Amino acid sequence: MDVKLISILAAALAISVGSIGPALAEGRSVAAAMDAIARQPEAAGTISRTLFVGLAMIETMAIYCLVIALLLLFANPYAR
Amino acid sequence: MVPSPLASAILFHLGPLAITRPVATTWGIMAVLTVTSWLVTRQLSLHPNRRQTVLEVVVTSIMVQIEEVIRKNPRPFLPLLGTLFIFLVSANLSGVLPGVEAPTGKIETPAALALIVFGAVHYFGVRARGPLGYLASFAKPKLIMLPLNIVSEVTRTFSLMVRLFGNVMSGEFVIGLVVALAGLFVPIPLMALEILIGLVQAYIFTVLATVFIGAAVDTIVPG
Repeated sequence: MDVKLISILAAALAISVGSIGPALAEGRSVAAAMDAIARQPEAAGTISRTLFVGLAMIETMAIYCLVIALLLLFANPYAR
Repeated sequence: MVPSPLASAILFHLGPLAITRPVATTWGIMAVLTVTSWLVTRQLSLHPNRRQTVLEVVVTSIMVQIEEVIRKNPRPFLPLLGTLFIFLVSANLSGVLPGVEAPTGKIETPAALALIVFGAVHYFGVRARGPLGYLASFAKPKLIMLPLNIVSEVTRTFSLMVRLFGNVMSGEFVIGLVVALAGLFVPIPLMALEILIGLVQAYIFTVLATVFIGAAVDTIVPG
């Protein structure tokens, strides 16, 4: 296998495996926030602001994988 | 071959400097925002007309948001954070206009904004606690945390950059792919989603910058 083929496979592997963890984590955090809002609707503003920041933090992991995949596909230093 | 989403098209050269497309778009957005702010704030009065009411709603709601995070007088932080938010909203949404690419979808604009936030955090930290007090805050709660605190300064700036870039760029990339595969009107729901993502990312970038600055001026516990 040449480097290009391996890079494409590695990019697909990175984004597919790398999005499993953040997906599960985002689901859990949204469920927890829904639970908290249902118990205390008056704290909905604070909870949703914290939720958004937390979701952004979690999502960063998936975005890192996306950047790795794009680097492999478009800026691969070994493919030349 | 698809054009790389990491490279940006060069429009023209200004001496030795290559002026790329996102830079020109950024200049356009800056000009529009400056002229709009000048027009809106030209004749402020105690009995606001319609334009001034909108302006006051925008400014005070940003101020309230900053105050809720920092729990301090938000006035010193308002110029930077408010400008950041308004610029990010217009930059993220400019990708919806035909013929315009969102400048935040190329890596250099988020990198510059994240560097501004990085500098501002230290500026506000030193101003609030003095140089020695601010430096000492890196060795808290224990001296062993010093390398971790220094590393986290760099990595959180990096993740601020990558988060904004990745979200905006991947949205445009997906829309481009769907247009190429399916046709003209299919990506409209995706574009609506892209508007939502642009607003949320502008909000998140600003809130995270506020949280970092709040941690540096020691009103909130860094998280």
